[in-house]
Amino acid sequence: MFDRRLITHFDWIFMLLVVLVAVTGIVNLYSATANFSGAATPIYLKQIFWFGLGVLIVIGVCLFDYRHLEYMGLPAYGVAMLLLVAVLAVGRTSMGATRWLSIGGVGLQPSEVMKIVIIIVLARYFSERSTPVGFSIVQLLAPGALLLMPVLLVMKQPDLGTAMLLLAIGGTMALFAGIRRATVVALGGCGILAAVGGWFLLHDYQRQRIYTFLNPEQDPLKSGYHIIQSKIAVGSGGLFGQGFRKGTQAQLSFLPERHTDFAFSVFAEEWGFTGCLLVLVLYLLIVLWGLYIARLASDRFGMFLALGVSAMLFWHIVVNLGMVIGLLPVVGVPLPLFSYGGTSMITTMTGVGLLLNVSMRRFMF
Amino acid sequence: MSLNPAPDATPGLRRRFIVISAVAAGIFGILLLRLWHLQIVNDERYRFLSERNRTRFIHIDAPRGTMYDRNGVMLVDSRPAFTVSVLRQEVADRQALFSRLSQLLGIESRQFEARWRAGQILPDYQPLPLLEDIDRATMEIVQEHGIDLPGVIVEGKPLRAYPQGPVAPHLLGYLGEVTEDDLRRPEFADYRPRNLVGKTGLERLFEEKLRGQDGYRLIEVNVRGRELRQLTTQKPSPGQRLILTLDSKVQAAAEKAFGEEAGAAVALDVRSGEVLALVSRPAFDPGQFARGITAAEWQALAEDPRHPMQNKVLRGQYPPGSTFKVAVALAALEAGTATPETTVSCSGGITLGSHEFRCWNKGGHGAVDLHRALKESCDVYFYRIGMQLGIDRIAAMCHRLGLGQPLGFPFGGERGGLIPDREWKKKRFGTAWYNGETVICSIGQGYVLATPLQLASMTAAVANGGTVWRPQVVKRIESLQGDLLWTPEPQKLFESQWSPANLRAVRRGMEAVVNEPGGTAFRNRLPEVPYAGKTGTAQVVGRRGDKAADTSKYEHRDHALFVAYAPAIAPEIAIAVVVEHGGHGGSAAAPVAKAMLEAYFGINREAPPVVTIEETAVNAVPAAGIEGGADGSAATAPDTEPPPLPENLPIPAVPPATEDEPVDPAIAPPLRPAEG
Repeated sequence: MFDRRLITHFDWIFMLLVVLVAVTGIVNLYSATANFSGAATPIYLKQIFWFGLGVLIVIGVCLFDYRHLEYMGLPAYGVAMLLLVAVLAVGRTSMGATRWLSIGGVGLQPSEVMKIVIIIVLARYFSERSTPVGFSIVQLLAPGALLLMPVLLVMKQPDLGTAMLLLAIGGTMALFAGIRRATVVALGGCGILAAVGGWFLLHDYQRQRIYTFLNPEQDPLKSGYHIIQSKIAVGSGGLFGQGFRKGTQAQLSFLPERHTDFAFSVFAEEWGFTGCLLVLVLYLLIVLWGLYIARLASDRFGMFLALGVSAMLFWHIVVNLGMVIGLLPVVGVPLPLFSYGGTSMITTMTGVGLLLNVSMRRFMF
Repeated sequence: MSLNPAPDATPGLRRRFIVISAVAAGIFGILLLRLWHLQIVNDERYRFLSERNRTRFIHIDAPRGTMYDRNGVMLVDSRPAFTVSVLRQEVADRQALFSRLSQLLGIESRQFEARWRAGQILPDYQPLPLLEDIDRATMEIVQEHGIDLPGVIVEGKPLRAYPQGPVAPHLLGYLGEVTEDDLRRPEFADYRPRNLVGKTGLERLFEEKLRGQDGYRLIEVNVRGRELRQLTTQKPSPGQRLILTLDSKVQAAAEKAFGEEAGAAVALDVRSGEVLALVSRPAFDPGQFARGITAAEWQALAEDPRHPMQNKVLRGQYPPGSTFKVAVALAALEAGTATPETTVSCSGGITLGSHEFRCWNKGGHGAVDLHRALKESCDVYFYRIGMQLGIDRIAAMCHRLGLGQPLGFPFGGERGGLIPDREWKKKRFGTAWYNGETVICSIGQGYVLATPLQLASMTAAVANGGTVWRPQVVKRIESLQGDLLWTPEPQKLFESQWSPANLRAVRRGMEAVVNEPGGTAFRNRLPEVPYAGKTGTAQVVGRRGDKAADTSKYEHRDHALFVAYAPAIAPEIAIAVVVEHGGHGGSAAAPVAKAMLEAYFGINREAPPVVTIEETAVNAVPAAGIEGGADGSAATAPDTEPPPLPENLPIPAVPPATEDEPVDPAIAPPLRPAEG
């Protein structure tokens, strides 16, 4: 099955973009966690390990033809759903939410698995059907159900950020596939109604986050603290930043979650607008390159798969950055390749592997 | 292998990719715009916020200037004290914090809560004090558990201390927290809430010099407010040193001599007007204010009928009683209406119209000249020469002696006393002056009022030959290094040229009061240092008819007065003592002055003198003292000379309750209660 041509068709430029961002992220983590005490392995070293694992995953994902995934999609979906149910039943609870499942001592976040699986399942659904006028509401019932079931389970954990990301990924794919105008309007209406109704289903802390987002100064010590401190960090970066390891917000621990969700605040503080611009350009290039891969894909499944992965990366980036710079409420969404965390890295690198897989097989059919 | 159609089969696919790429780029554009807004447009603001986040401006209170007496004895110190404060910005859960503190220190958390609420007027960044002046054990507990107590810090802050105890509190004054009203005034521009400021006395008068310059430290802190490093620092510069004119030995002797009695005593250097002692009793403890006075303590002080907060040396206006005779004698001699040889026959009283004015000695003194009149305090003599002199000439002499007007004491709301004359009577009451009023004023009763300071100043003028100095309390102000920064110029208020013969006559009379047998203060003489004085007993309650005031009631008892200067030749010190409701001047007030003089001249009487048989015999005579039988202290008086028997005094003529210088109540004008 393996063709030597695949290596010549390997998308080195895309991989280079990913490595550039990942290295920047690791360097940034080195600074962000410089004052972490304790004898444990430094965070940046762990992140290097996770990135290394991620590269192996990319290689692994590239080894088989993505088209096999078409048939593995639904079984995988079933397994992922089982895991999501299991996590609610026997999952590990931390910080008021149950997101983790422990399998043989290794922590697993089923909602992360679902991100990839839903892309595969939806890609298959949309690739098999094509309408010149777009999908109707009836045609969207099946993919809608496929999407909403895990979304509801994830919300139940509760993990609003991931649930919204799943919706955004699925929505992006559906919109790209084409939806009738009337259906868009109807779904939009439903969405607003669901949002209003959902407000009452939200947990207090989730509602508080939205209040806080709307007016962070009202409670500067508690829920508004993250946003305020992050904005101060980003804003004080100025044009050229405070310098590597010189950001006082980060180095003096004013910035919370600075190695995970708010890693970019550290970067913005220390490298300023110039650094942010460069990283944003790299991210945009990754997303656009992903869309380009989708466009050049040899089949509709590959196209939707690449599109879904690009959407996943895009929404992660936008939601996280929007949160860091105070444009969006604080929802726990990590920045791909920047935030510390094995789960995020594995998901991201699996996505990257899928994109490269689609890319290198674009001439094969 | 795939059944999937190729992507090209989908219509408009190219357009969709362009749109989706454009949307993605557009959203990134929004993110970039926002970053521009934060980092370029508003970066100054966020830089400032970031600075404020990480830096703390810590005030260091300057140690307040210290005060010393004229011999370098430290009276007021500034010692380091430690305060447990809380940085409110660092406290997430104050209930938890307070209960932890309460658990550690054994203090109810309600108290912390109350301090917290009271401190809400402070700016957020300023530490809010929870516990002041903690001991070492408390400090160690708090520091040890620092990690458990986020936001809690121990601050050093200088506090007032009084190494000699509460000496001369009315002169030194006390500190209190600056009020909100004060803070709005421009002179308090660099004060912060809860700063201490001089409220009375020298603390207030020299606030600017004593305060010093606060220092500060700019430190970098981490998110928990723990200090990481010092960025800049400015050491506080301590306040200047005040070296007072006070002689703490004289001061302490007077305070001790007063015991539980109320009243005032003041000692002046007759050569410069320097205040050597300033005693107002009862007193308060300025340390109480330094620690922070409670409402109950304050109320007790404010409502005490004996007015411990009042400086009676300056604000107590008393009828001078017979001490006033010094002024009247001098006035008569200088006016020429009497000579030292002028003799008046005292038969125990005189009659003027329908009024009878009695001498304290009902039996009469017989023929009295000036010398004896002063020595034995004959009232009739002064009735006579006072009448001849007239009130206006008495008043004129009084004014030259500094009576009847404030002497320019630099603080404390000094009162002017009252020296009446015809014009004053007309203005005040719209009526003419009566001769009877002159008679009663001649012995320092009636309208006449004087402060202890004025009486001391008058005595000093007699002692120094006619100069009334403006009272001085500060000898010099020094920097911490001992450089002289300020020293006052002695200031003459009045300078009189009296006939040396007249002055000598008055002074001889005053010397006789103390040193000659039969003198009203003979028992209080000092063999080591002959001095001069004049006793006085001022009636407090007017008496109707012959009915005596109820002397069992404290507030009805007479005020005891005594003025003195010493030594008799080349005087240095003048003293005035008022013992409120003390009874006789000679028995209640003179011992205070004597104690002060002993301290001044360094006469040590720790060991009681060896009592000779001769003395014991004489002292056994109950009414031996001229002060009358009421004086029971005769046996213990440390006299070294045998007290002679009174020359002209028939012993049975002195009933126990009789004052040495009574005033006929029938004609006494309404007495104003003395201030204080």
